[in-house]
Amino acid sequence: MAARSTRVLMSCSRKDANAALLSNFEVFQLLTDLKQQRKESGKSKQSSGQQNLNTIMYETMKYISKTPCRYQSPETVREFLIAMKGHKLTKAEKLQLLNHRPVTAVEIQLMVEESEERLTEEQIESLLQTVASILPGDPEEQQRDSAMETEGRSSQ
Amino acid sequence: MLVTKAAPARLCSLPVSPEAAMFVLVEMTDTVRIPPWQFERKLNESIAEELNKKLANKVVYNVGLCICLYDITKLEDSYIFPGDGASHTKVHFRYVVFHPFLDEILVGEIKSCSQDGVHVSIGFFDDIVIPPESLQQPAKFDEAEQVWVWEYETEEGAHDLYMDIGEEIRFRVVDETFVDTSPTGPSSAEASTSNATEEVQKKEAPYTLVGSISEPGLGLLSWWTNS
Repeated sequence: MAARSTRVLMSCSRKDANAALLSNFEVFQLLTDLKQQRKESGKSKQSSGQQNLNTIMYETMKYISKTPCRYQSPETVREFLIAMKGHKLTKAEKLQLLNHRPVTAVEIQLMVEESEERLTEEQIESLLQTVASILPGDPEEQQRDSAMETEGRSSQ
Repeated sequence: MLVTKAAPARLCSLPVSPEAAMFVLVEMTDTVRIPPWQFERKLNESIAEELNKKLANKVVYNVGLCICLYDITKLEDSYIFPGDGASHTKVHFRYVVFHPFLDEILVGEIKSCSQDGVHVSIGFFDDIVIPPESLQQPAKFDEAEQVWVWEYETEEGAHDLYMDIGEEIRFRVVDETFVDTSPTGPSSAEASTSNATEEVQKKEAPYTLVGSISEPGLGLLSWWTNS
C-alpha cells in the first residue's frame, strides 16, 4: 500500500477529538449502505480521486466481516446494551464485548479492567451467558455444538 | 491547532477508561473548493466526494486513520473569490476514524517477524508491531525460519510455539505514535548532501501502534481455544 501522507490535515481543523464511539457493527452498516449508494449512483468509481476511498472501504469491510458483528442486527445490539446495564461496565468495555463476543473467562478478564476486583466468578459466568445468548455467533458452529450436545445426551 | 489527547486520571480504585473505541467519529471543519464544471451537481454530493477524496485512507496527525465520511452537520455560505471561478464552502462534518484506544484488545494477522518483533496487520492498517519484550516469555527468534517462538514450559519440558505468518493473533494496544510526515523546508547549511539523500529515502509511517501479548489469553488464537 502506498505510504500515507498527512499533509491533508493542515487546513482541516478538528473540533471534538472523539465525538462518538462506533461499534464494528455500526461501521459495517455504514460501509454497506455507502457501497450500495455508490453502486446505485452509477458514477465512475475508477476516477483517481475515489481510489483511496475504494481501497479503504474494501479493506475495512473485509476485516469487519471476519468479526462477530456480521451476525448482528440493530435489535441484537440494543438488546445486548440493555442486558449490560446491570453489570456496571464502562462504555469502552461494553463495546469490546460487543465487538469480540468473548466465550471464555480469560477473554472477559482481558477486556474488563481490574476484573478480579470488580467481578466474581459467578458474575463472569453470567456475563458469558448473556453474551452467548444475545449476540449471535457463527450459525454453523452453533449447529455443531447443539448436535454434539444431543449426541452426548443420547449416548448416556 | 494541535489538540492533545488528555490522559485519563486515576481516581481511587474505579478504572477510568478513555472515551475511545476502535472506530470513532471525529468532528472536523474544512473549506471545500468546488470547481465550476461541477456546479450542476447537488452541493452535498460534490462536497461529500471532495471530503472523501481528501481524507479517505489518509492519516490525520494525532487523530487517526480516516475511513469515510459519516455525515455533514453544517454547511455555511459558499463564496466565489475574485480570480477563481470555483466556490468555496466551509463545511462542518463528522468522519469515521480508526483510532483504537490504549489497552484495547484487537485481533490481527501476523504479517512478518524480524529482530524488531512481530509485525501485525489488520488488512486496512499495517503498521502494528509487537516488540520482543512484549511477547509471551520466554521467547526466541528462530533465525532459520525467521519467526519468533514462544518457549512454553510444561512438566514434560519446553514446547516450541511458532508465530507463523498468516496466523491470527490477539493483542493489546499499549502505545501509539504519530509522526508528522509533512514536507520540511530545505535542510540547513550544516547538513551534508549525503545526509539529505538519506533523509529523503527514510519513509516513516505516519501512524504506528505498539502491541503486547504478554498476558494470559493473548497471542495466537490457536494457543487459547478449547479443543
